[in-house]
Amino acid sequence: MKSAIIVFPGSNRERDMALALQAASGQTPLLVWHKQDTLPAVDLIVLPGGFSHGDYLRAGAMAARAPIMAAVIAKANAGTPVLGVCNGFQILTECGLLPGALMRNAGLKFICRHVDLSVEHDNSMFTRSYANGQHLRIPAAHNDGNYFADEATLDRLEGNGQIAFRYADPSGTVSAAGNINGSQRNIAGVLNPQGNILGFMPHPENAVDPRLGGTDGAALFSGLVEALA
Amino acid sequence: MKATVHITLKNGVLDPQGKAIEHALKTLGFDSVAGARQGKYIELDLDESDPARAAAQVNAMCEKLLANTVIENYQVEIAG
Repeated sequence: MKSAIIVFPGSNRERDMALALQAASGQTPLLVWHKQDTLPAVDLIVLPGGFSHGDYLRAGAMAARAPIMAAVIAKANAGTPVLGVCNGFQILTECGLLPGALMRNAGLKFICRHVDLSVEHDNSMFTRSYANGQHLRIPAAHNDGNYFADEATLDRLEGNGQIAFRYADPSGTVSAAGNINGSQRNIAGVLNPQGNILGFMPHPENAVDPRLGGTDGAALFSGLVEALA
Repeated sequence: MKATVHITLKNGVLDPQGKAIEHALKTLGFDSVAGARQGKYIELDLDESDPARAAAQVNAMCEKLLANTVIENYQVEIAG
């Protein structure tokens, strides 16, 4: 699986993402600077976590208009898989590849801890190695993770099976108590209708090594390698 | 000419920062505060002399970058 990680000024999880992809696929990802305007042929494009452009104006707003994004959008629309994590999820909503928006956390605090999640849709290339209802614990680190979309859009996401992950409580149950940041319907991860784009707020790339507190993120990468090899 | 842009959250979109401001004002004794909404204010210097063209450009800037129309409204004013 050949992958490319897009690097913006202020990205900070690109190395962690590269290590996770390398471990899963055995291939070193390309790191592509945001000012390039073309992308080589790859099996997966990743928009990593971080604070691109200092979160100025809105998180992901500047990065979504970077020169490289025209190529990312064209390839995504042509079917190339795209994974956006944390700031990458914000960039995917800002550039219109995913619906909705990520707003300031409802509690107004930066959240940096392991969070509980429930797998909601295991029939995608990103979630195929999980089972529906599976309880995951994966680190989150964000200030703007509060997913918002209007009711009609939320209903459409539910109907199409586009909600990949929801926040859950420590028992693994999707509940108000488990909603860490005020996201509508506890949404933590969203797919596009075609299923080749995933935006995910927590950091699966930081949950691939047992020495760092768990490996619940590893199956996302191994599943992608199986799907795209 | 100069343009100013006010960007505000749409009605129905929860504004946690506005809520925090409201609570802080009430804590200070401003009991008349029944609500607070926070937004953004942007000033632009434009190399443009025609108000209609300036307004059209700034509206396009709002649609493309300055506002996220999923959650925000914007209001443009052009001043000589």
